[in-house]
Amino acid sequence: MREPSSIDNVGGGPGLLGPPPAPGRREEGTRAALIAFASTIIFTIVALWVILASPNWPKIQQQFFDWGHFVEAFPAILKGFWLDIKMFLGAEVIILILSLIIAMIRSLRGPAFFPIRALAVVFIDIIRGVPVILLILLMGFGIPALQLPGVPKSALFWGLTALILSYSAYTAEVYRAGIESVHESQRMSARSLGLTQGQALRYVLVPQAIRNVVPALLNGFVSLQKDVALVLVLGIREAVRAADIYAAKTFNYTGYIAATLLFLIVSIPVARFTDWYTERDRRRKQSVTA
Amino acid sequence: MAPRPMKRTVFTALVLALAMLATACGSGDDVTGPTADEGSCDVADLNLVTPGKLTVATGEPAYPPWVGTTDGEGFDDPASKLGYEAALVYELAAQMGFTDADVVWTRVGFDEAIAPGTKPWDFNLQQYSITEAREQVVDFSAPYYTTRQALVVFEGSPFAAPSSMADLKDAALGAQVGTTSLDFIEDVIKPSKEAAVYNDNAAAKAAMTAGQIDGIIVDLPTAYYITAVEIEGSVIAAQFETEAADPDNYGLLFAEGNSLVPCVNTALAALRDSGKLDELEQTYLTQGGSIPTISG
Repeated sequence: MREPSSIDNVGGGPGLLGPPPAPGRREEGTRAALIAFASTIIFTIVALWVILASPNWPKIQQQFFDWGHFVEAFPAILKGFWLDIKMFLGAEVIILILSLIIAMIRSLRGPAFFPIRALAVVFIDIIRGVPVILLILLMGFGIPALQLPGVPKSALFWGLTALILSYSAYTAEVYRAGIESVHESQRMSARSLGLTQGQALRYVLVPQAIRNVVPALLNGFVSLQKDVALVLVLGIREAVRAADIYAAKTFNYTGYIAATLLFLIVSIPVARFTDWYTERDRRRKQSVTA
Repeated sequence: MAPRPMKRTVFTALVLALAMLATACGSGDDVTGPTADEGSCDVADLNLVTPGKLTVATGEPAYPPWVGTTDGEGFDDPASKLGYEAALVYELAAQMGFTDADVVWTRVGFDEAIAPGTKPWDFNLQQYSITEAREQVVDFSAPYYTTRQALVVFEGSPFAAPSSMADLKDAALGAQVGTTSLDFIEDVIKPSKEAAVYNDNAAAKAAMTAGQIDGIIVDLPTAYYITAVEIEGSVIAAQFETEAADPDNYGLLFAEGNSLVPCVNTALAALRDSGKLDELEQTYLTQGGSIPTISG
């Protein structure tokens, strides 16, 4: 029996969003696709109708969807978005490494490792318990204000550090869930073969764990890609701030739409990729167990 | 093509859409509401959010010397009638025939004030600069105050004694988003480092304290307040007088097409003519001591 797919599957085989049809009933599949298509069109028309007919629409259009403003605001927003992308990629690499280290520390067994294990738990608890925006403000404005010699003052540095710490705490838990999902017998076997705890983690548990959590990691990817914009509170001019500046100057919000589109251009492919990967992985596992 | 039931679905959808359309139009009619008699500025004839009351919006928190005095009296309390903007509203209200008790204060963020849709206040004042681009979306009163931009730095900063714009080329400067101060940095000072932009002056001050920027550009009255009260050890390095930037005029902000504007302007002109505006300015916005002026 096939379990219901979480994957977007429209109308049939290579389909959109919905359960796949029962195999061997091609006609019904075609009909389902047609209905999906028609109802999508109708839904879109009705939605547009309701929006366009609202008494404030001309005003909304002028303030949110004005092509002239779009063109005028776009260069600064694109420049800011490029900074977002750079921050995102840089932070993500560090997060993936740092969080794995934290998760491995948390997964060490034995009383001797208690102090560093406890440290990892305390770190995760504290960092996860603080809103990201607060962490950014505290580190971004707070630490440089201490005027400690040798400590960087850059807002970008501390803003990114706050994001990296916050996301590392979450991602460490994702890794840990992955490590714990690997059956205990794997650890036992590795240990009985003479591998040390560290070696068992490195060569046996973590490789299996990572494969299990790739979708969750990609999910964090998408989340971080948008959250980098939060550093704007430190005065950094990334895409959202650039749109903000334009909106405040002209009282026109079209720049926000431009920024929205830019973020979607990056995040939607990642989301589709996540789904595709999950589905592929699921099918592979099934073919192994079948 | 589509199976028969589909037609029925389309029909239902259309009916539904039409129904929604009808409701939307119905509620839309009330927005205009009854308008004041042409030319009449009697309180009874004014197009007010709450009849008989003057509903005024300002920022949260509202900073001295605009609301509350530099000494800290009436801080963030416009009903105290202290501070330039708070006092101005009560003078305007009296001029228009309202009693002090008729003035109702409400708080809105910067963005709420400019977002499209009906506004739950008659006008909003929080040092909005009148610009052409903004006037396409909202209405402004005549200017109630014209300000200069000023530079706030720490005492002993390499930029504490500039003698020309060129002296500020290498300064890392910051300003609040939505202010003409930001435009002033970018269009007039044009420093080599990109201006940092903050949600509010409080964040700009935090960044300056953190050593991330050398100075803040703000309007002169705000600069007085920051240096006197908020950032210990800060000074006004300079005020700017320049042809390169349009004069920075503050206006009361109204929803576009608000019929109240001419009546408020009449009252504002009366206050200007009677010298009341100057008096308020003397009371709240002028401080002793001379600030070096940079022009050109």
